[in-house]
Parts: sequence; structure tokens; C-alpha cells
Amino acid sequence: MRVHCAVYARGLRRYSTYRAATAAGVLTNSVFGAINAAVMLALFAARPQINGYDAGDAVTQVFLGQALIAAVAIMGPPLELGERVRSGDVGTDLLRPVSLLGWWLSEDLGRATFSLVFRGVPTFAVGLLLFDLSLPGEPARWAAVLLSAALAVLVSFALRYLYELAGFWIMDSRGVWAVAGLLGPVAAGLLLPLPLFPPAAAEVLRLLPWASMVQIPAEILLGKDTLPGGSPLGGLALQAGWAAALLALGAWTTARATRRVVVQGG
Amino acid sequence: MADVLARARGSVLWPVRAYLLLAWTWCRALAQYPVSLLLMTLATSLGVFAEIGAVVVVFVHAGRLEGFDLAEGLLVAGLAATAFSCADMILGMVENLGRHIRAGTLDVMLVRPVSPLVQMATDRFAPRRLGRIVPGAVIVTAALVACDIDWTLGRALMLPVLLVSGTAICCSVWVLGACLQFFVADAREAANSVTYGGQALTEYPLAVYGRDVVRAVTFVVPLAFVTWQPALYLLGRPDPTGLPDALRFTTPLVAVAMCLIAAACWRSGLRHYRSTGS
Repeated sequence: MRVHCAVYARGLRRYSTYRAATAAGVLTNSVFGAINAAVMLALFAARPQINGYDAGDAVTQVFLGQALIAAVAIMGPPLELGERVRSGDVGTDLLRPVSLLGWWLSEDLGRATFSLVFRGVPTFAVGLLLFDLSLPGEPARWAAVLLSAALAVLVSFALRYLYELAGFWIMDSRGVWAVAGLLGPVAAGLLLPLPLFPPAAAEVLRLLPWASMVQIPAEILLGKDTLPGGSPLGGLALQAGWAAALLALGAWTTARATRRVVVQGG
Repeated sequence: MADVLARARGSVLWPVRAYLLLAWTWCRALAQYPVSLLLMTLATSLGVFAEIGAVVVVFVHAGRLEGFDLAEGLLVAGLAATAFSCADMILGMVENLGRHIRAGTLDVMLVRPVSPLVQMATDRFAPRRLGRIVPGAVIVTAALVACDIDWTLGRALMLPVLLVSGTAICCSVWVLGACLQFFVADAREAANSVTYGGQALTEYPLAVYGRDVVRAVTFVVPLAFVTWQPALYLLGRPDPTGLPDALRFTTPLVAVAMCLIAAACWRSGLRHYRSTGS
């Protein structure tokens, strides 16, 4: 456990080094947020209600998405594990007396914590300044949103870890990323809030793991009854279920994958 | 006279030849893995459909936005996709300037007898980006057919001019964004807010963003000339934000001016560049 805490702390510190990059990231996320929010406002000016969403809901989800985008890394960057699988450096990782998954999870949680606080919060604050966001009043819902963001990070890590593990079989995980970078933002509700899609498609997408990264946290923030079970608890349960299932799959796949590794040299 | 001609040929033709040669080298290298190249190209082109799909969903819900219907909206989105993906393929790699500075590879480029801009633009040249241009062009063509356009000789002749101008403006925006990294090497993502952000912005009829934004992207960062003014010209519409109609005819001039500004910035950035040393 101490090792994991140390790796977590290093991950946090590593990303805190690049301050200019963090500021640039906040700027870019805010610009994209403002552009998408303006489009949503124009759309909802033409049709005030679409499948239970109004203008305030859509704009809030746009900014929550931009605030989470760095922490959940939907569009990358990929875990460095993939490059290490290709170059063979993963052999060193496997020699460590901690599990491969635990090591990378700790490192990534450090990165995600930094991103959430120093990229997510400022981006959301910009949205709050520029637009009318629909925000809950009661503190319990805010606590649920925080928990939901944490679960979103876990789901995102588990997915990216699985993408990279594919490298053990196909050598180069960039193809997997090309597909994931394409489907991820659509299925997560980042490109457009899922309620804008045809209801049947939205229903299916909402249950897939990608939705747990943006759509479910957004619906918890907005207090929508379209969540599984109709309450924030149902949404959190869905996220936790995906996190547990995908991490377990990750652990199982690691065991399978490491049997394939042949470290050469001597 | 012959001397001037020879010099002009050297300064204009040589960079173009070098560009094509270097880009072709990378194409041949990547063609060694044909399946991988094909799949990546396919994935890249599907990405365009996802973006345009979002535009379609918005227009289907809204019916009309600022007087633009679905076909006209697709014309705008298609123009944006085409211009930005052409620029991305031609010059997109310059956004790695910060990495070249950090790794010291820019120094290597400076001692070679080819313009550093050409070398940087062709470094890891990605033919898969062609996969973005083709669907963009298909959508523009389909939208041009579907829209009610009064085809005059002027419009037909202006169409290629507008497409080239849009691409040139995007290219210069890319170079300007890269120039920022001469001063702040980590600022790569800030440039993304005008490059990829510019594409996201110009995908919709600009009037949806309100008058102030339209003025800013007309007079400060002239992204309005990539899709908005050309679309107004092709459709023969007055500007709903009240800017003069004559503005749309200045598109090629804006493109030339932007290229000159970008070239000047690049040169001054390169002159002020100091290697991190040995």
C-alpha cells in the first residue's frame, strides 16, 4: 500500500510540473465548452425541450464534460503502458513486486486527481462565469457528483488499461486507440448529450461503460430521473458496477497477457 | 533576368520539391504496413462522420438555425471539415514544434539545407489524414447539389478560390499557433483552441454565436472567411449579423494577408530561437 501511495504522489507531482501546459489546457477546454454551449443555446432556442433536457441542462453537461475530459482522458493521452508493451520495457514493470494493474492505477489516479482539481475546476468555473448553469442546491447531491467523478476516473482507467493490454496480442495499441478515440466521445455524451440521440440509441448507450465517464455524472449533477433506478444512487451503482467489472477483467487479462511475454537478452 | 528567374525558382520551387519528396518518403514508409495504414485511414474518415453526424443531429432537432436548413448547414460543416483537414495534412505536424525544441531536434533541422518549416511539416507525414479530406469533400459536393444555389459563372469560378483560401487561412492559423511554442514550449494545447477549436467553431453558421463572436472571428482571427463568408457568398444571402456584403469578396485577400503574417511570425520566431545548448 505504501508503494501505491508513493506512486500516486509521484503521478500527482509529475503532472503539476507543467504549469504552462495546464493553463493552456484550461484555455482550450473553456473555448471548446463555450463553442459547444453556444451551439446548444442556439439549438434549444429553436426547440426549448428535447427528451427532457432544456438549454440549462445541455450547457451544464457541456461544461461538466469539458471539466472531466482531462481527468478521464477520453481523447487520450493513452497510458504509457502501451508504448512500454511495444518497446518491451514492460518486462521491467513485471519485475516489480507490485501488480502491474495496481502500479499503473496508482500513477493514473495521481494524474487524474491533478487534472480534476487544476483543469476541471477552473474550466467549470469559466462555464459558471459565462453561462447560466443548472446546479443543485443540496450538498448531498454535490457529494454524489464528486463520488461519481471519482468512479468515472476508475472506469476510464480500466478501459484505457484494457486498450493498452490489447498490445500484448496485436503489438501496437494505436489502432485500438484510433477506434476508441472515435467511439468514446460519442458514447460518453461528450460530443453531444445522449438525450439528443434517438431515445432507443440513448437507452443503450447510457448502459455502456463510456456513458459512466460523462453522461451519468452529468445526470447525477442535473438530478435526472433517466438514471438507472431513477435516482443518483442507481447511477452511482452503475458506475461502480462497471468499474469493478472492468478492473476485474483487467486483472484477469493481465494474468493471461503476462504468460505471453518473452523477455529476451541476458 | 535569367538570374532573377533562377533565384525565384530556387526559393519557391525547391521548398515545394523538398516537401513533396519528404512527404512521399513517409508515405512509402507507412505503406510498408498496408493493413494498418488502411485501418487508420478508415478510422480517421469515420471521425469526420461523427463530427458531421453531430451537426446533422442538431439540425434535425432545430429545423433551421439562423435561417440555415440542414443542407445549408452541411455545406458550412463540410467546408470546415475540408479546409481544416487539408491544412492538418499539409501543415498539421508543425504543432509538434515544442517537442522538437525540447528534444533538440529543431537544431538538427536548422543545419540541413531545407527550410525547417518544410522539415517539420513533413516529419511523420500522415497520409491517413487524407481519410479526413475525402468525406469532407463528399459532403461539400452533396450539399452543393442539395442547396438551392444560383450557379453563375462567377460562383463556379470562385468556388475553387474559396476552397484554397479557406485552406490557406487554416494553414496560417496552424503556423501562428505553432509560433507561440517558440516562446512557451508547453503551450501546444493553447494552439489547439484556435486550430481544432476553430474547426469546431466554423462547423456551424457563425451567426449562432452572436454578433460579438462573429466580429471577433472576422477581424481578429479571421476564421469567418473559412466557411461563413464563402457560404454566404455561394448561397447569395445577406449577412444576418449586419456586416457589409462586400466582405465576402475579400476572402482571397484575407488568405494572402494571413499567410504573410504567419510567414513573418515564423521567421521572427526562428530568429529569436535559442537552442537549449549542449
